[in-house]
Amino acid sequence: MSEFTYKDTLPGGKHWSLVMRRRTALKLVDVEGGANVGMLFYNPANLLERYNAPDTLKCQHTFKLTRGHCLYSDMGRIFCSIIEDTSGWHDTVCGNTTKAMVTARWGGESFQAHRNDWQQNGHDSFLIEAGKYGLGRRDLAASVNWFSKVGTAEDGRMFFDASAARAGATVVLRFEMDTLVLLHTCPHPLDPSPTYPRKPVTYEIGVADPVGAGDFCLNSAPENGRGFENNRLFHIGCEH
Amino acid sequence: MLKESLLDPARASFRKIVPAGEYLLHVVKDGETVRIVDVEGNQAADTLFFNADDPHERYSAMDTIREQGNVYLSVGTTIRSDLCRPMLKITADTVGRHDTLGGACASEANTVRYALEKKSMHSCRDTYLLAVTENEGLGLTKRDIGHNINFFMNVPITPDGGLTFADGVSGPGKYVEMEALMNVIVLISNCPQLNNPCNAYNPTPLEVLIWNKGT
Repeated sequence: MSEFTYKDTLPGGKHWSLVMRRRTALKLVDVEGGANVGMLFYNPANLLERYNAPDTLKCQHTFKLTRGHCLYSDMGRIFCSIIEDTSGWHDTVCGNTTKAMVTARWGGESFQAHRNDWQQNGHDSFLIEAGKYGLGRRDLAASVNWFSKVGTAEDGRMFFDASAARAGATVVLRFEMDTLVLLHTCPHPLDPSPTYPRKPVTYEIGVADPVGAGDFCLNSAPENGRGFENNRLFHIGCEH
Repeated sequence: MLKESLLDPARASFRKIVPAGEYLLHVVKDGETVRIVDVEGNQAADTLFFNADDPHERYSAMDTIREQGNVYLSVGTTIRSDLCRPMLKITADTVGRHDTLGGACASEANTVRYALEKKSMHSCRDTYLLAVTENEGLGLTKRDIGHNINFFMNVPITPDGGLTFADGVSGPGKYVEMEALMNVIVLISNCPQLNNPCNAYNPTPLEVLIWNKGT
């Protein structure tokens, strides 16, 4: 079990960023149920290496993300593995809310009128966090939307499944290389809530247990064995 | 949705064969119509679009599927940019369904999907990188290579959230046609993938045709 030594709460509609070191873990908890956490990943040593949702989905033959899945960069390496998940289905194809969307759906309450209870959107949140590292709009990609389930019908129609939300839902990511993480707690773009969903998320940081030969994520698909091997090559010489 | 085009290939203003492993980078002006033909069948046309007047605005798979509420692309689809603006609309399609979740092949992704020693095989991302580098006046770099459309590819999602790579629903001579809603740069990598049964391990040519507005 990973040991977590830092805990903080991000209120709903906020954003933050941090560098997670290799072999650390990040635990996210949807405190009240109904939260959404938008997330993007970059290699701090080469910011042009970034999370690639299509590569992640196709190499693991999945549309949803859950325990056992690894999140891949566009360079064939694993940023992090999902080592725990009580939720079962996280979206990574729907993108973000924008200012126009939030205004059309929930009124787009401004900072001037509502101070820090304004209705921030996911797109602007990522732009702000990306800007801290010299990144911009061109560097954004399909993000993960933790705690949000979007299913599909046989003809491809997409539906947001609000019934999947659970208070206390938890996901734990184990980082397999140093990773810049951008995150926000703005609503999912398909959330049908009549009011702006302002849901807090706690995040905890700690040291992860080593990846053993029987590791669930390592063995969940032969592709992941090769992904871990790419990470091993990336880190040759880094062992102490 | 299946819909045939009324446009006559003999009246096209532009016609070009794109061999497998090569790219086409061409401007399609607002109001013009572009057709991509799967000449021999089940060939992947890995396609990106950029706003020709501001190439840093690009095709967005997320905005496109979310705004239409469907993960597959066909007649009626409005192809959107990362600013959620309409770039093109699909006006004819004799295939019925196209993928935009599977992305493009890359050397590094091939090591994960197939085998570590596959990294020296040609890939769509190599083609894209060559295309943006050979056309450096556009100001595009690796940053601008987003998630693409895979015209002619069939990637069904299962009810429990799986992703399957089904046999193609395309075939020889089938095509998809789009009308540009702004001046767009179309960048097609004709996929050189030799490890995937979806093209019977046999990459084949594509043809691209363009008609002037009002043809």
